[in-house]
Amino acid sequence: MDKRKVYLDNNSTTPLDPRVLDVMFPFLKEKWGNPNNIHVWGREAREAVETARENIKRMINCRDGNVYFTSGGTESNNWALKGIAFANIDKGKHIITTKIEHKCVLNTCKWLEKQGFEVTYLNVDREGFIDFDELEDALRKDTILVSIMLANNEIGTLEPVREACELVKDKSNAYFHTDACQAIGKMEVDVESLGVDLMTISAHKFYGPKGIGALFIRNGVKIDPLLHGGGQEKNMRSGTENVAGIVGMGKAAELVMKELDADKEKLRRFQKMIIEEILEKVKRTHLNGPSDLEKRLPGNVNFSVEGVEGESIVMMLDDYGIAVSTGSACSSKQLIPSHVLMAIGLKPEVAHGSVRISAGRFNTDEDIAYFLEVFPGVISKLRSISPLWQG
Amino acid sequence: MSELYSEKLIEHFRNPKNAGEIKDADVRVTVGNPVCGDVMTFTMKVRREKDKEIIEDIKFKTFGCAAAIASSDILAELAKGKTIEEAKTLSYKDIVRELGGLPPVKVHCTQMAVDGLKKLIEEYERKKKRNHC
Repeated sequence: MDKRKVYLDNNSTTPLDPRVLDVMFPFLKEKWGNPNNIHVWGREAREAVETARENIKRMINCRDGNVYFTSGGTESNNWALKGIAFANIDKGKHIITTKIEHKCVLNTCKWLEKQGFEVTYLNVDREGFIDFDELEDALRKDTILVSIMLANNEIGTLEPVREACELVKDKSNAYFHTDACQAIGKMEVDVESLGVDLMTISAHKFYGPKGIGALFIRNGVKIDPLLHGGGQEKNMRSGTENVAGIVGMGKAAELVMKELDADKEKLRRFQKMIIEEILEKVKRTHLNGPSDLEKRLPGNVNFSVEGVEGESIVMMLDDYGIAVSTGSACSSKQLIPSHVLMAIGLKPEVAHGSVRISAGRFNTDEDIAYFLEVFPGVISKLRSISPLWQG
Repeated sequence: MSELYSEKLIEHFRNPKNAGEIKDADVRVTVGNPVCGDVMTFTMKVRREKDKEIIEDIKFKTFGCAAAIASSDILAELAKGKTIEEAKTLSYKDIVRELGGLPPVKVHCTQMAVDGLKKLIEEYERKKKRNHC
C-alpha cells in the first residue's frame, strides 16, 4: 500500500490546481508567441495575458488602478518599497513597516536604510497585532510609505489594514502598501474596501504556478520601475511576459472567485478542529497568533510544543507522510528562531518548539483526521527522548 | 557535503537505538542550551577488564533537530565497546562520516555530541581521582 500523504503546508506553497495546469499547457506547447508582437502568434498570447489580468483585477476588485505582472511576491514587495522610495525622495525618506513582515519586505527595508532611508519597524502584541497609537506616533511629515501585511504567513494574524490605511491617509500623505500574498485565495481581498495604494500578490499561494505574481498600483501613485528594459507592462516592468504563468495565475484567480466561499468555510472548520483537539490532547502546547479565529487567516495554525524542537517534529511527521513547517532555529539557514515568534515575545526555547500547520483547498476531512491521529504520538515519542521533558 | 539529510541520518533519527537513560550510570552530563535549541544529556557506564576501562554503554536524551538526535545516537554507537583512551580520539568528523555527510549548517550538532562524550570522560576521570584520594 502506498504511504498516505497529507500536505498541510499551504502557507509555504499551495498545490497547483489541475484546472490551472490544463490552461497553462497550450502556452508552453503550441501558443508560445511573444505578446509584444503584432502577428497572430503575438496577438494570441496578448489576448491571453489581458484576459488573465482582467480576472485578477476582478478578484481583488481593482477599479482604480492596474495590476502589473512580476516574478512573484518577493519582486512585488521589492518593487513597491524601492519603487516608491526612489520616486518620492523629494517628499521624504521615511518608511514605516512592522517587525513581522516577510523577509523580502524586511531585508528590502534594511537595504533601503543603507541607501539613506529611515525605517520605523512597528512592534506587535502577543497575537501579532500592530498598535494604532504607535502607528500614529510613527507618522511624520517625511513619511512616504507605510507597508503592513494583510495576513502573517507564520501565525496567521490578520492586520487591521483597512483601519490602518484610513489612519495613514487621514494623518499623512504617505502611500500605503500591503503584502497580501497569504490572504488571497483564503479570504476576501478587496483593494477598494481596504483603500491601499499598492498590494502584492503571489500566484503559488492560491493554487497557481510559482514564478509569477503581481503588484496592484492605484492610479496616480508615483512609483519607479524596478526593472528597466523593453518597456513591457506599460513601461512599468520590463521583460518578456511569462505568458504560461500569467495564464495560470488568471485561471487561479477565476477559481478563487468561484470557490472562495466554500474553501474558506472548509479552512475555518479544519483550523478549528486542529486547534481544539490538539490543545486538548497534547498537554503543554500553546497556540501562537490570534485565538479569535475571525482575526486569523483561515487554515493557519501555529503551536509551540514544550519539550521538543520544531524541526524534529517536522521530520517525524514527514515519516508519516505529513508535511508541516516550523519557525525553529534549526530549520533556518541562520540558526536563529523566527523573527515573527520573537516579535510576539516568545522565549527562544519556546520558539524552537513551534510548528505551523496550514490547510488548503485540497485537504479533506480524512487528511485532518489522520493528522490528529498521528500528531500526539509523534510528540510523545520525541518527548520521551527529550531531556527537557519530565512527563 | 549534502544540503539534505542522508537516509542513514533519517534512520537514526526515526529509530534511535541508544535513546534513554542508564539507571546505574557511572556518569551523567548535559551539554547545550535550550535557548540555542539543542540540549543533550548523556549517561555512561564503564567496565574494567584487567587494566582496561571499556565503555560498556552510553545512552542519550536530546532536545534538538533530527541531526542532533541522529548525532547523539551515532556517538553512542561509536563510543560503545571502545576503551576510554580510544574514545578520546573520536572527532565530529567520525560522526559526519558515519552519517554519510551532513548539511554544513548542521555540523555543529555533531560537535555538540562529541563535546558530550569529552565531558563524560572528564567527569569519569575526575570521579575516579576523587575515589582514589
